Amino acid sequence: MSLKEKLVSSFLAFEDHLEEDSHVHEIRNKAIATFEEKGFPTKKEEDWKYTSLKPILNKDYSIFPKSEKAVEFKEVREYFLHDIDTYKIVFIDSVYSSFLSETTHDGLDVCLLSAAISKPKYKAIIETYFNKIASENSITSLNTAFAKEGAYINIPKNKEVDKPIEIINFSTGNEAAIMMQPRNLIIVGENAHVQIIERHQSLSSNAVFTNSVTEIFAEKRAYVDYYKIQNDRENASLIDSTSIKQERDSNCNVHTFSLGGKLTRNNLNFYQNGEHCDSTLKGVTILNEKQHVDHNTLVQHISPNCESHQDYKGLYADSSTGIFNGKIVVEKEAQKINAFQQNNNILIDDNATVNAKPQLEIFADDVKCSHGCTIGQFDKNALFYLRSRGIGKKESEALLMYAFANTVLETVKIPELKRRINKLIANKIGVNIGFDI
Amino acid sequence: MLQIKNLHAGVEDKDILKGINLEVKPGEIHAIMGPNGSGKSTLSSVIAGNENFEVTQGSVSFEGEDILKLGPDERAHKGVFLSFQYPVEIPGVSVTNFIKTAINETRKAKGLKDMPASEMLKMIKEKADLLEIDRKFLSRSLNEGFSGGEKKRNEIFQMAMLEPKLAILDETDSGLDIDALKIVANGVNKLKSKDNAVILITHYQRLLDYIIPDFVHVIIDGKIVKSGTKELAHELEEKGYDWIKEELV
Repeated sequence: MSLKEKLVSSFLAFEDHLEEDSHVHEIRNKAIATFEEKGFPTKKEEDWKYTSLKPILNKDYSIFPKSEKAVEFKEVREYFLHDIDTYKIVFIDSVYSSFLSETTHDGLDVCLLSAAISKPKYKAIIETYFNKIASENSITSLNTAFAKEGAYINIPKNKEVDKPIEIINFSTGNEAAIMMQPRNLIIVGENAHVQIIERHQSLSSNAVFTNSVTEIFAEKRAYVDYYKIQNDRENASLIDSTSIKQERDSNCNVHTFSLGGKLTRNNLNFYQNGEHCDSTLKGVTILNEKQHVDHNTLVQHISPNCESHQDYKGLYADSSTGIFNGKIVVEKEAQKINAFQQNNNILIDDNATVNAKPQLEIFADDVKCSHGCTIGQFDKNALFYLRSRGIGKKESEALLMYAFANTVLETVKIPELKRRINKLIANKIGVNIGFDI
Repeated sequence: MLQIKNLHAGVEDKDILKGINLEVKPGEIHAIMGPNGSGKSTLSSVIAGNENFEVTQGSVSFEGEDILKLGPDERAHKGVFLSFQYPVEIPGVSVTNFIKTAINETRKAKGLKDMPASEMLKMIKEKADLLEIDRKFLSRSLNEGFSGGEKKRNEIFQMAMLEPKLAILDETDSGLDIDALKIVANGVNKLKSKDNAVILITHYQRLLDYIIPDFVHVIIDGKIVKSGTKELAHELEEKGYDWIKEELV
């Protein structure tokens, strides 16, 4: 039985077990129909031209984990930013871990989507927000059909969240192969501020296929800082689809650090639904061996006087592959917008590949749109300069990588996170240059 | 200290150095002058180990050891320093972090532990004062947005920190106004000792008023065609290079 057949046939049993209001039932039923009709995306689709899911679909994934496995905090401590200074929503093999989590209902909601979907007091919120901006393509529909668990974060008006929120999905390897479909819903109220870190982490070398969907709503003047850490193990693959809808004067930043995993696909969609929105999409991708990362971004400028900034840096070694497919749409009403997109890549080895595809669709006539894309190699003079100061070849290359990635790193606003990312990058490159930048 | 014998080097099919011979002893200052495109900067690059140039003939030995097989970092560890004509901008890496890394990487290569932070800070302060460098400057990204003069002063600051045995200053005077030139020259003079040596590569005699060379060499078309003392530099300043070219014919 193919994975598609398995998923479709297990849907009925899955739905039968849930006792929820009909609204979500309807959404799920519609979504599974979409997935059943379209199936997993293939390279024939324009948006998936450079990424084949074939190598990850042929495993016999466990969709609903049979048994739970306990994880000690000390085993996973390194994946948390802080022991205490963050809120945490943690899942182990798709199951919520109250032991590792630190949730709250005190002045803000940092809790579970399963609770929000099932409890009557959240009914209005779910009806207003759930599945309103997630795209209707087959892979996102698949997640919607099985949407049951994930993070539910609701920050009320004027609330400045006192510490970052971490959303972590662990897989333990308890199953030979596991498929996980976390679903997050995040609502950031008017003039509220929040910092969120999302991570998917496998704890074994067993196969993991995560199909994650996140919807983020930023109300008027809201400020959202979102960080995705993708540094997973060699047999873990991730499709992440994140959609963000911004109301006027809101500011949303997403930084994506892709340093590991077998295959990663990031669908990041921004919808600017009011004037004076500011959107930032940044990423650092450092790959080696046969790793594959596909960044697919969309910024939809619907309203006038908004800005968007995209800055993706990629470093590719061995026979790794990177894709950057960045689309900017400026609708007719969206006059006086300023959209900027930059994608720079360095190929460290001859066998590495980068496919870059900027797309601009502009229907307004008074806008400023610019995009730049480069694919190159290390600057030999810069390398000589560093080496002439006694810094070894590898360390010099590492310094140049830092310098290259710096425009992305410099806007990471959580100092501890920045330090961790610097360390992850140093580990990834295999150097110990022993300083914080 | 440095012995160059019949050195031929170039890029791809183009020969630039066509048989350079030069000997530099500890305590000496050598000036190398010559018109544009004569091979001055190539010579300094080849001594420092720039792999963009290919050495086709001859030898370069430093303290009795053939250094042509060594990478630029290994030559730096032995005490060779090149002050770049065009220092490279490295965004995101501060001057301080860069110099710390350079010093500790060199120490690591010698089997020494990292320099203690307090000692490093003291040294940074001392050398920055010597070159009249503002402390704020040290936390800026390396060479990024620096003026020409700042870049050159930063090169000499690195030299002061790394304390090389042989310093090659490639057109350090270009881009410096007279005050900055005096500060830089003063720094170089203070760092000079009987155990180290300096090679000054320059177009103009101006720098040589402040750093007095023991020897002056003229490179034309990849060869040292004339050597002398500092008077030769004055003569060149007055008469240009044409009279030497004529002498050669």
